[in-house]
Amino acid sequence: MHEMGIAMQIVEIAIASIPADLKNAQVKKVNIKVGKLSAVVPESLQFCFQIAVQDTPLCDAELNIEEIPLRIRCTDCNVEWVAHEPVFLCRKCNGKSVKMLSGRELDITSIEVVDENG
Amino acid sequence: MLEFIYKNPRNFHHKDFQKPHHSHNSGGGSLGGKNTDTREIKIVRKVLDVNDTIAHQNRELFREKGVFVINVMSSPGSGKTAILVKTLSHITPKIRWAVIVGDICTSNDADRLSGFGAPVVQVNTDAFGGDCHLAAHVIKTAADNFNLDNIDLLIIENIGNLVCPAEFDMGENLRIVVLSVTEGEDKPLKYPLMFRVCDAALLNKIDLLPYLDYDREAAVQNILKVNPQMPVFELSAKTEEGFDSWVEWLMQKLHGK
Repeated sequence: MHEMGIAMQIVEIAIASIPADLKNAQVKKVNIKVGKLSAVVPESLQFCFQIAVQDTPLCDAELNIEEIPLRIRCTDCNVEWVAHEPVFLCRKCNGKSVKMLSGRELDITSIEVVDENG
Repeated sequence: MLEFIYKNPRNFHHKDFQKPHHSHNSGGGSLGGKNTDTREIKIVRKVLDVNDTIAHQNRELFREKGVFVINVMSSPGSGKTAILVKTLSHITPKIRWAVIVGDICTSNDADRLSGFGAPVVQVNTDAFGGDCHLAAHVIKTAADNFNLDNIDLLIIENIGNLVCPAEFDMGENLRIVVLSVTEGEDKPLKYPLMFRVCDAALLNKIDLLPYLDYDREAAVQNILKVNPQMPVFELSAKTEEGFDSWVEWLMQKLHGK
């Protein structure tokens, strides 16, 4: 539901990251990481991104979303696994003390830019 | 005094935070046309770091002023306001409190909470485009309405929504999620982030259990699957059953025990 705000933030960060020496830069791709547990629906974010990029140097940009799995480690027995369900009990010892290693990401990692005037 | 740097997400200058560093990747040919030169520019930033930065400032300000802040979240209609009214009736006047209430529209909740004579600020997010959650900059602005020196406990009643508010830190000390027995037992598994990021869960409307086919144990177990060490308080804002242990827990946290 908040994907439009997130799409606008992505566009904002991407525009601010275009090097000053590229006068007619067009962003062709924006690479982001979205964790499995983040409250973002990739399809919805794609849809909003297409609207948010209008009339910006990102108007032709593709949003490349890398989905990051929910990876958990038990702090008691150190077993590590990728969770396909949001269950934070150790799958081996049933321990309650676990650490989330990945799955909360909502990060912009890079943009790919061309200078149309070379 | 902290500087209020955030005005509007549209005119925020990200360059203030981190200069991007460049890596050269000349793959121009694949894009055709003129002398195109593709560069990949590494950024590595959290998309929400504007919010997180302001949340951090809020947290520092609240800590400096000795204000304990809780963020209460739930789906619409689970009884957040009713719980707060009853909670406040237990702690007034011992604790000096204030409330920030978020809603997309209306001031109904603020009206219900303002009967104690303590300050209540209503935030209607339609002014921000009908946002489905409160964010750190909204709290920063709303907190300007209070004299924080005179407040022990600031309660943020978030907008009814189990999805988006979970992503937005506002500078609070504790996050509380309310689930009511008129919602499905599997809600924690459907909205895991919310139950994962919260510090306590309140299972509300237990006075209705005799009239429902509700598996209370399954609901609690589902909460504990997502957050195995989270305290769960079963209570009724109507009858006040279960309120003593919830209020006692909250007061312990407020007093840093």
